[in-house]
This record gives sequence, structure tokens and C-alpha cells, in this order.
Amino acid sequence: MAEQARLIDIYIMGRQCQVPEGLTILTALEYCGYRMIRGCGCRAGFCGACATIYNFKSDPQLRYDLACQKTVEPEMCLVQVPYFPAVKAIYNLEKLKSNGATIKALYPDIVKCFGCNTCTKTCPQELEVMWFMSDALRGDVKAVVEKSFDCVMCGLCAARCPQGLVPYNVALLCRRIYGRYLASASAHLEERIAEIEEGKFDAEIDKLKRLNDKELRRRYTERDMESALEQHWE
Amino acid sequence: MYPAYLEESIHLVEDTRVRRLIETLPRLDEEEKLDLLHQYHPDYISASMRKLQVGINKGDSAPRELADLLEGNSRVDPDRIDPSKPDYNVDVLVIGGGGAGASAALLAQEAGARVLVTTKLRLGDANTVGAQAGTQAADRPNDSPALHYLDTMGGGHFENIPELVEVLVRDAPSAVQWLEKLGVNWDKDPDGSMHELSGGGTSRRRLHSARDYTGLEEMRVLRDELRNRKISYLEFAPALELILDDRRQIAGAVLVNLETQELIVVRARAVILATGGIGRLHIQGFPTTNHYGATADGLVLAYRAGAELIFIDTMQYHPTGAVYPLQILGQLVTEKVRTLGAQLVNSNGEQFVMPLEPRDIVTAAIIRECRENQRGLRTPGGEVGVWLDSPMIDILRGEGTINRELPAMVRQFRRFNIDITKEPILVYPTLHYQNGGIKIDVNGATNVPGLFAAGECTGGVHGRNRLIGNSTLELFVFGRRAGRAAAQYAREVKRGSPTLDHVRRWQKELERSGLARERPLSPRLLPDYIRHTHGRTRLEI
Repeated sequence: MAEQARLIDIYIMGRQCQVPEGLTILTALEYCGYRMIRGCGCRAGFCGACATIYNFKSDPQLRYDLACQKTVEPEMCLVQVPYFPAVKAIYNLEKLKSNGATIKALYPDIVKCFGCNTCTKTCPQELEVMWFMSDALRGDVKAVVEKSFDCVMCGLCAARCPQGLVPYNVALLCRRIYGRYLASASAHLEERIAEIEEGKFDAEIDKLKRLNDKELRRRYTERDMESALEQHWE
Repeated sequence: MYPAYLEESIHLVEDTRVRRLIETLPRLDEEEKLDLLHQYHPDYISASMRKLQVGINKGDSAPRELADLLEGNSRVDPDRIDPSKPDYNVDVLVIGGGGAGASAALLAQEAGARVLVTTKLRLGDANTVGAQAGTQAADRPNDSPALHYLDTMGGGHFENIPELVEVLVRDAPSAVQWLEKLGVNWDKDPDGSMHELSGGGTSRRRLHSARDYTGLEEMRVLRDELRNRKISYLEFAPALELILDDRRQIAGAVLVNLETQELIVVRARAVILATGGIGRLHIQGFPTTNHYGATADGLVLAYRAGAELIFIDTMQYHPTGAVYPLQILGQLVTEKVRTLGAQLVNSNGEQFVMPLEPRDIVTAAIIRECRENQRGLRTPGGEVGVWLDSPMIDILRGEGTINRELPAMVRQFRRFNIDITKEPILVYPTLHYQNGGIKIDVNGATNVPGLFAAGECTGGVHGRNRLIGNSTLELFVFGRRAGRAAAQYAREVKRGSPTLDHVRRWQKELERSGLARERPLSPRLLPDYIRHTHGRTRLEI
């Protein structure tokens, strides 16, 4: 397809290049001869390595995206953000107090947010970054978890914050506090761990290990299958 | 948005939904499965394989792309490096910064070792972050580790190493709890119990997930913990060669700074390989779900140091890679889509395989449907695929389920104006995982003293086909075990004097067998995606 596609002009760090329509920013860079070292990771929108800033020849408004997910457009002017120095609080999760005050104690600068909303406009995952920062300020850990859960930690919010805040690390702290302390524990998980430690399944597993091939295959074929749908169970 | 010519088929998919709601295809029996695999699974195309001519696995088959690298020439000239003058001197060197490497580093440090992690890209750039569906652990009352064992053995066609599977299933619940104590947020029901789903080849619902960002959630927590514990790490510094000593035990590794090209010598009492997968070798030309660095480096390093490999002739092709639009060709459409109720249907809107068969079976069935039965659909880019009928999920489980459970998938397709809550997804198998790798024991130890391995670069636990949710599980189970065992080994080992003689011997063997000129340099380090049709020459600066 690449051979037949219409060629468009893009500008990579100012240099004019022609690429076929339909490439992503990442594959366009490679098409133009750039061998990626930084700025390229999972190539599927999950790792945040390929944070990209761009605008257009005719429109100076800055825009933000992940290079592996965004399709190139005519007249795009591109640059990648291979690394950005961002503050990360160092803490011992086991010794943290599981309340909202902890967030402000570890990231005191979050009070400096003046609500410009640049972070939200920057987020390639379209998360409500400014709103979860204000949740963090109020100590509402659960709200931060819900709003920030899909964060790939690309760092663009921190790169653009005029106050030098690091929303993605603040959100990570909140999620870890929630997962460790605030989410209700799973009783059946704890019971199972105790049962395994007591050796409850040792004999059964041992027996399976000793079965001859034919018998093991029979047990496998004849095992009962639980319905994939929850409502059919119990 | 799909091109207009596909709309007729989409209508057929919509029209058959009511009928398909109550239609259940039977599971295939073992004979039918083997027949399907032999005829259609890519592993069984013998022309794609070659027998290794050198090394400990001489005579074993491997995909040509991998065989070339395993028989490759070293990037290191032993005469120009003095392995006795290290830049770093540590107890445990962990090569690889994904889920297995991070777990190993944390446990090795807890056991008192001085740890250095080195990774080719950034810390956490690994296939771990792309794992969407979940992590298996048999912790519900109607489940048991024995059932998990049986499912895993059957999925792997009973060739798995039983001792490794036993450890996998027994450690699983405590691995899930370990992650939760580090702050991983699992999907839960309101009473705190785990919200668990089925997967292909699992007889119980035992997948623990975090929306469809499971691996990302696990990795960002582990990475953060590594930083909190101030474990040293080097980024953009892949390993080029292991260093042995005159007692033929591990003594460290030679790394390279990818940006400055400087070599770095690390002296280590134990080394843990956690270098991940192989997808970027594009076996048989398949697109891949794998991250940029998945080039089998760990297998190459281990092989040259004399470590045995196992099951290297079997790859996992994930049944549902995206084939449309072209921008996301080969990217993962998580198995969780089928777990939640989506069926696979052909161009006529008919099911052709039970959607929760193990992956190799579903893959072979899709290839048969397209190639043999000619009931696939062709994209404008020339790819072929079948429908994954995602809107079924909201019909079965209520509106809003897709948005809640699959936000990453919804987001990925929305970028291209495809609404997966309303429209099906066009899919075809994509290279996903290497089932085999470095042979290990239950603590991750290889046959080379002091060399440990964990995660995707190892083999044996999955036999010839891995089940959903056993890969992320393996990272934590064997990562932690290898970390602990390496730290203990490092305390006890009597060190010899470091040498690269094994590299000299390797090069001699290549010369002797006439391969030295034919084979490339390895490890590969990075795939080459730049366009070479310029007719321009490149200057190495």
C-alpha cells in the first residue's frame, strides 16, 4: 500500500520530508531514515516511550500524541520528547499513612496548581488530568485512581506544566496507596494461600504429576468447564 | 471507519447475532486439535525451520530467523576487552527491565545482594506493559492449583516440564498477593473478592485483571518500587556477551551504551537473564504484538555461554491481531474480548471455532477459515482476516461493559473511527510469544553455574503452547525465585578469574563449520525498520 499512497510533506525537527499517507508518526520517522533508539517502546500505545509534540506549518498551536498511534497529516512539524526530568518522591509504601494528607506531604508542590488545564489538553490518553490533580489536592485517593487508571506515564503532562508538577507520579502514588491499603482485601485469596501453605493440594498435584500420558490426557478432556459468564455460576 | 465494501459482511454479522447468542460450538477433541495444528499452525511449516549446526543444541530445529542469530558472530572482540577491569562490581546483575527482571531485582536486593539492573531501552520497556488480559491464579473456592496444573499441561500439549508447572500454579496466589501489597489495583467485586474471568483453555474463571491495562499496571508499580528501593539501573545499555571465569561459571557481562557506543564491563557473582521475547524477528514474516526490543538477545547470550535451550521451535501466534486499519497491523486485540463473550465469525457471519479454545488452536482455525475455506475478508492493504464480534459483549453482559472492561481497546480503535461497541473488529493471527527458551530449574538456574533466567526468555513451563494469563504469572513466580536463588548463590560462590575465552572458542567453532562468513552479528539488539530503498549509503559515525 505504501508504494501507491499519495505522498505528503512533513517536517521532522524542521527538515522537510515526503512520506506516504497513512503512516504513523513513528513509521514515518523510520521511513525517512531515522533509526529509533529513544522514543520507541511497545509500538502499541501502552508504554509512553514515544511522546510527541507537533504543530502545522499553517497553525502554530502545539498538539501532543503518541508517535506509534497517531497518523501523519500534511504539513505536520514533529519533534519527540525522548526524556523529561521529572520529580519522583521516594517513599516506603509499608510505612505510609494511607490517607490523602500523604499525597501533599510527598508532593507538596501540588498546591501550586493554578488550574490552567494544560495537562488535560496535553494528555494523549484523554484523561482529565487537572481534575485528578484537584482530587489529589483534596486527598480523594479513590477519585484519582479512577480518573488516572489508563495513564501510560508518557510524561507529557509534566513536560508542559508551567508549575513543574508531575501529575503522572502523583497519580501513581495514589494508585499504590489505594491498591495496598484502601481496596478491600480478597478473603478467598488469603484462604487459598493458607491452604497451599498447609499442603492441602500437594497430594492432588503429586498424583497428576505421576499419571501416565494417556490418563493425564483423559483427565484433561473430561474436566468440567465453568461457564465464562458469571451469572451462570453459583 | 471500515471501507464501504466491507459493510455487506458487517450486516451479515449483525443479522446472525440473535442466532449466535444461543449457539455454542463444541470443544475439539485431542485428535481434531492435532490434525488442525499439523495442517494450519505456522510451527508445522517445516521449511520455516532449520537445524542448528553449532552449540549445545546442535541438531535441534529453530525458526530460520532465530537460528541465524543463535549461530551468529559475536559483536565483542575478546582481545580488545579486559574482563578483569570492571566498570561495575556487583553481586547480582539482572539483564532486562521488564516484569521478570524487576521482580528478580527486588527479591535479590531483599536477600541482601548488591544488584544492578541493565536494560536495552527504558526501565519497564518490555512485553509486560502490553499484556492486557490478566494474570492466572487459582484462588476461587471452586478452583484449585491442581486444575490450573491440568489446564496448563493440556494447553501445552502435555510436553511442559511438570516441576515448573507445579511451581507456577502453587506460587500463583501468593504472587498475586505480593503485587497487591506493592500497590497493584486488581479488578474486584464490591466485597473485595477478585473479579475473575475465563480465558482460552482455562476450566475456571481465574484471570486477575486491571481493566485491559493489566501488564501496564503491574509494570508501573514494580518500576516505581525499584526506584523507591534505590536499586541501581542502567537504561539503553543492552548486554553483548556474558563473561565466564576459569571455573566455567558466570562472572559478569559486557554491555554497550547504545547512545555513545562505549562498552561497559560488569563483574557479577550471578547473572539473571530476563531479556524477554522474540517478536521483532518477525518469524515467517508475521507482524507482531511485541515491543521494539524483543529480539531474542538473551537466548543468544545464553547459548554462546553454553546454556541449553528448549522448545525453541515453537512460537505463539496470538489469534487476534488487528489487520485493519493498517496503522495498527499486528497489534494485540486482547483475548479478554473473547473472554467477555465476543465470537469469531467469517465473512458470512458464521462461527467456525469455539472462541475459548487454547491460542494455537484458534490461530490454526482462523488460518484454515481464510486460506482453505476462503471465508475471510480482504482489507484495502491486502491483508486477510475474520471478524471478532465485539458488540456481542454488551449484548451478553449489558451496555457499558466494553467501555468499562476494555478501555484500551476502545481508545485504540476510536482513533480510527471504529466503535468496537457497535462494530466488529477485523483480526488475523500475529506473532506474540516464544513458548520456549532457556532451560531452567524451579529456581531459574540454568546449566551454567551462576546463570539464572526468568520470564519469556525461558522455556519449559508452557510446553508447546502458553495459556492466557500464564505469561505475566510466570514473570513474578520465576522472577522472584530467580532473584532469591541468585542472591544466595552469589553469597556462596568461590570466584575464579574472568575471561572471554568462550567467545574465542565460539568464533573458532563458527570458522571451523564454515558459518562465520554466512551468519550475521548477534545479538540483534534492535530491529531495522528504516527504508533502505534510497540508494543512499549510510556513514557509520
